[in-house]
Amino acid sequence: MWLDDGGTVLSSALRLTAPLAFAACGEYLAERAGTLNISVEGMMLSGAFGAIAVGSATGSPSVGLFAGALIGLVVALVHANLSHRIQINTFVVGLVINTLVLGVTSFLTQIMEFSRTQVAVLRIPGLADIPMLGVVFDQRWPFYLLVGVVPLTWYLVNRTRWGLELRAVGENPQAADVSGIKVNLRRRQALMWCGLLSGLGGAYLSVGLVGSFNNNMTAGRGFIVIAAVIFGAWRLKGTMLACFLFGAADALRLALPSLGVELNAQLLVAAPYLLALTVMVLMAKSQREPRALAKPFERGLV
Amino acid sequence: MSAPSPTPAPARRPLAAYVVGGMGLRRPGADAWRTAAITVGCVAVAVLLAGLLVTISDGSPSEVVDALYTGSIADAAGWSQTLVNAAPLLLVALGACIANRAGVFNIGQEGQLLIGAMVGCFVALRLQGPGWLVISVALVAAAAGGGAWSGISAAMYYTRGVNVVVSTLLLTFIAIQVVQFAVLSPSLLQETGIGNGPARPQSDSVPEFLRLASFGQYPDLTIGVGVILALLAAVVLAVLLGRSRWGFRLSMLGLNPMAARHAGIRASRLGGSALVLSGAFAGLAGGVILLGTVFRLQPAISNNYGWDGLLVALVARSRPGLAVPVAVLFGGLRAGSSYLAATGVPDYLVDVIQALLVLAFVVPPVLSALWGRRLRNRSAVAETPARPSAAAPAKEEVPV
Repeated sequence: MWLDDGGTVLSSALRLTAPLAFAACGEYLAERAGTLNISVEGMMLSGAFGAIAVGSATGSPSVGLFAGALIGLVVALVHANLSHRIQINTFVVGLVINTLVLGVTSFLTQIMEFSRTQVAVLRIPGLADIPMLGVVFDQRWPFYLLVGVVPLTWYLVNRTRWGLELRAVGENPQAADVSGIKVNLRRRQALMWCGLLSGLGGAYLSVGLVGSFNNNMTAGRGFIVIAAVIFGAWRLKGTMLACFLFGAADALRLALPSLGVELNAQLLVAAPYLLALTVMVLMAKSQREPRALAKPFERGLV
Repeated sequence: MSAPSPTPAPARRPLAAYVVGGMGLRRPGADAWRTAAITVGCVAVAVLLAGLLVTISDGSPSEVVDALYTGSIADAAGWSQTLVNAAPLLLVALGACIANRAGVFNIGQEGQLLIGAMVGCFVALRLQGPGWLVISVALVAAAAGGGAWSGISAAMYYTRGVNVVVSTLLLTFIAIQVVQFAVLSPSLLQETGIGNGPARPQSDSVPEFLRLASFGQYPDLTIGVGVILALLAAVVLAVLLGRSRWGFRLSMLGLNPMAARHAGIRASRLGGSALVLSGAFAGLAGGVILLGTVFRLQPAISNNYGWDGLLVALVARSRPGLAVPVAVLFGGLRAGSSYLAATGVPDYLVDVIQALLVLAFVVPPVLSALWGRRLRNRSAVAETPARPSAAAPAKEEVPV
């Protein structure tokens, strides 16, 4: 009995973790390059909308999924050029982009009709029959993209020259600049990756989890992603762990009433934010965040 | 070289001059004209984009303009509605101006507003006493609640170095849950329920005698206490920020924290108080919404006033005097949006217009400064061909 319940909760936790995990990979990379990107919410929402719009127009949810990722990329292009080319405050840009995307997607949802469209479940034979843990191998197929995306992000940041330059840009842009690295170009590129993956995360939410789009469907998940990167202390492993923790909290909130356990739902919803703030207060002095995080770079004397 | 003449004593200037100074109206230079030209272009693009949205939704742009006009400023009733919407926007924007001046970017007004409304509601429903006293205490309590909420961020920043943007942002989502919890707990604020219907997640209604007074009757212009409060605050802040020692120190801290430090300004005290004050304004806006229009605490009471108020401050470039017309514009758009339903165009159009307007006012100054620098560099290179390296500081990182 509890095995079944455990399996159900685990399965729902995984499903709710995946969108966070995709976007968190992108946000992690962007933050390592020094951009505290708050428009990740807008990128996810636009990806979710684009996926359903294209998926329902072409009849193929898989095409929709990739279109969602591309639309996230477009939003990132806008953000990157405004904040790292003409140097408008990145938070101002992020705030406006979030408002704009929310407005445009809500507007378009009201005037357009979309059919339901959802990607297929990929059940891995054999492995899916394991009691309780088998649910890991019984998910919608984009879920398994995580197996590629997470190691790839880690490899890009930690094992390539590009990633080394990226981290240099996030730690000490002045030094990176004099050694010939184009600081703002690297930051723009990092945002591109963030947009692509956030769009994918949002698309997974719409064509993967739900099969349709509704207003403000990301509902603050982008901000949970930011909390996850902070909670994971700007390391990919920690970030992924945080995503799973927050996904599980969300799953528990949905599952607890049916399991007959009383737990404060508001506390569970607020948990990611509370945890992230606590971690920031406790670890503030250990300086694990990229040193130039959220500091714009302009060439010249400091 | 003329002989040094004794400097005449500065003439005392009328109050109006201070207010104009607070609006940032100075003699325009070349950069200002270029900025203005770019702004006009950007606003035109924003309007075109909005028109495009209207067209693809099978609406007619002229009908939309007509509806927005009818709902907002066509008659006295429309103006009343516009001003009611503008008051909380203006209050939030004024707070944002203070924080922006000090260089601490508070983006958690939505949460601070919610907490303010919650605390104000608590006081209004629990405190016994004469109406005017309870109202004042409730408004002060609302401001204190909002201030305390942003004070958490201030404390975290100045003691532990936690980024203000992140903490105010995350605290907003915690505030939403706090209010949710309050209106779901019968022991706190959930309504007592009438008859045997289930109690909904909202508070009891604030009694009639505790609501903010408003002057004028329906078909004529009505002006609520909230509007008057917001306008008074705008004038006071315009003078204080533009002309007082406090305003000067605040700008100094924002423009160059290092210089401010050497001039003996304590960042934690001045910047922290600016952050608390900006939260207090948002909280006050929450109190005004509660006692002026909604009359009961609901999770949706904030209705994006916090976010939009921040946008108002961005468009007004953190100048309280300019925030007044911008708040009226945004308030008018909100008022007009309720008339959009008849045209068949979704009222989300107004949200899009607001966001586009912000971009249209935020981009030009930056772009103009960039172009100005490049023009100057180019002419400098042309005039001094012998020393190109000194004349042309490398700028290839920021192509247009």
